[in-house]
Amino acid sequence: MSLAVKAVGIRKSFGSHEVLKGLDLEVAYGEVLCILGPSGSGKSTFLRCINHLETPNGGYVWVDGAIMGYELNRGALQELPVKRLRAQQSQLGMVFQHFNLFAHRTVLGNVIEGPMVVRGLSRDEAEARAMGLLEQVGMAAKASSYPSQLSGGQKQRVAIARALAMEPRVMLFDEPTSALDPELVGEVLEVMRNLARGGTTMIVVTHEIGFAREVADRVVVMIDGEIREMGAPQQVLSDPGDPRVRTFLSRVLA
Amino acid sequence: MPHLPHSSPAALPLIDLPGPDVTVRRLRHPGRWVSGGIVLLLLAVIVRAFAVGQIQWTVVGQFLTAGVIVTGFGWTLLISACALALGVVLGFAFGIMRLSENPILRFAAWLYVWVFRGTPVLLQLLIWFNIALVFPRLYLPGLIDARMVDVVTPFVAAVLGLGVNEGSYLTEVVRGGIGSVDRGQKEAAHTLGMTPGQTMRRIILPQTVRLILPVLGNSAIGMLKFSSLAATIAMGEMLNAAQRIYFINGAVIELLFVCAVWYLAGTTVLSIGQYYLERHFGRDAATATSDRRGFWAWARRPAARGEA
Repeated sequence: MSLAVKAVGIRKSFGSHEVLKGLDLEVAYGEVLCILGPSGSGKSTFLRCINHLETPNGGYVWVDGAIMGYELNRGALQELPVKRLRAQQSQLGMVFQHFNLFAHRTVLGNVIEGPMVVRGLSRDEAEARAMGLLEQVGMAAKASSYPSQLSGGQKQRVAIARALAMEPRVMLFDEPTSALDPELVGEVLEVMRNLARGGTTMIVVTHEIGFAREVADRVVVMIDGEIREMGAPQQVLSDPGDPRVRTFLSRVLA
Repeated sequence: MPHLPHSSPAALPLIDLPGPDVTVRRLRHPGRWVSGGIVLLLLAVIVRAFAVGQIQWTVVGQFLTAGVIVTGFGWTLLISACALALGVVLGFAFGIMRLSENPILRFAAWLYVWVFRGTPVLLQLLIWFNIALVFPRLYLPGLIDARMVDVVTPFVAAVLGLGVNEGSYLTEVVRGGIGSVDRGQKEAAHTLGMTPGQTMRRIILPQTVRLILPVLGNSAIGMLKFSSLAATIAMGEMLNAAQRIYFINGAVIELLFVCAVWYLAGTTVLSIGQYYLERHFGRDAATATSDRRGFWAWARRPAARGEA
């Protein structure tokens, strides 16, 4: 199993508040990793540090042979120009809690934006591939709708298609179902389940313990900016060694 | 606590309840008829006063389509259009600078707003018109070398004065508009690999334009009216033309009324244009003009805050 992502000693503070206290993590290609933890534990911040939406205050992230945002130069990390950072970021597909679909573009317009502007694909080619992806997430019929005309679950499925359109090495999901009405969670999890079955490398920050148990290869539990537990889902979820993880799980599983 | 039976004489016993198809009579509003009648009466009084007042309406009609006036209105439109275009360009340029990572660019944009929003536009017009007193020659190596008075004609002074002033207001409008586009839009663009320039052009600015379109419409309407200030710097736009006529024939109020008619016509056309523009840009969301009933319903809605 070759590594896709390796995070080394990630630290992040907002003002005097230290959110991440030196995190290490390795994710292999084809692996599905779920990050669980109480709110405020820093799991979203950790995910945002992985793709440099937040710049870590310490440590670095290695993705597929390169360090995010930096280049190793005579033993030091030299910050990259923004254009090269963006090229690296496009290797990591991101799905946000609040979808963040481009409000002024149709569903199809959202999905072709990255391939056309960043990858330089022709409109025809981008549209053909986008329709394939929309088919995959069950949104092809809504291709010419605007985001404001969609339900939350539909928006999130389009957002997944938009991220996939860049053919990323790894897909990151930041609480993809937390902003959804309960009856819409299932359709989004179904799309994610299919991606996982297809061998997509995924890092998923979630509150959906059931999804983690069923789909994840490994589960990480974060508490107060630290990884307290890491391992196979059945081991971590049913028999955690850490007492604080036990407390957290008993609360969410209750 | 036991439920006490209602003993008031008005109590409606169940047995008296009407069927589901019972007639509903609406509440009458006699007060509305009274207040409406009073307002109509006042309007009639005002209209009559002007009808019998010392205005020669035939003169108004006569000059309404006079060549000088129509040409003047043409200049009014041209000044307004050029000044608005300049103002929009400056507004976007400085508005983006206001949000720059570079503190010096931010400061320059702040300074621009501070100076041009902090002084009267009439004063600015006079300064532009007399700029030759400061710089007698305009000399840009390899580009231009001319006397300033030949370059800054009344027209150029009017466009610069009105446009640069408008730009300072629009800078703040654009800054606010960019700031109110959801932060997640920018993050989504970044994760797709779009550079800051691409993100600004393709994601942020189109949504900003939609947000500030009502303000831009008001700017256009305001600009049409403010262009009359150019009459003070010998620019032959409509008000100036009217003044030159009434200095000769003495029909002061008649010619001012002629101007009023043309300005009203212009602002009405602009309002209609604004309605359709907002409807076009609002197609993806019901934010810009939620009311699709048509222009006249929209025009008579209560004014939004800050609307001219």
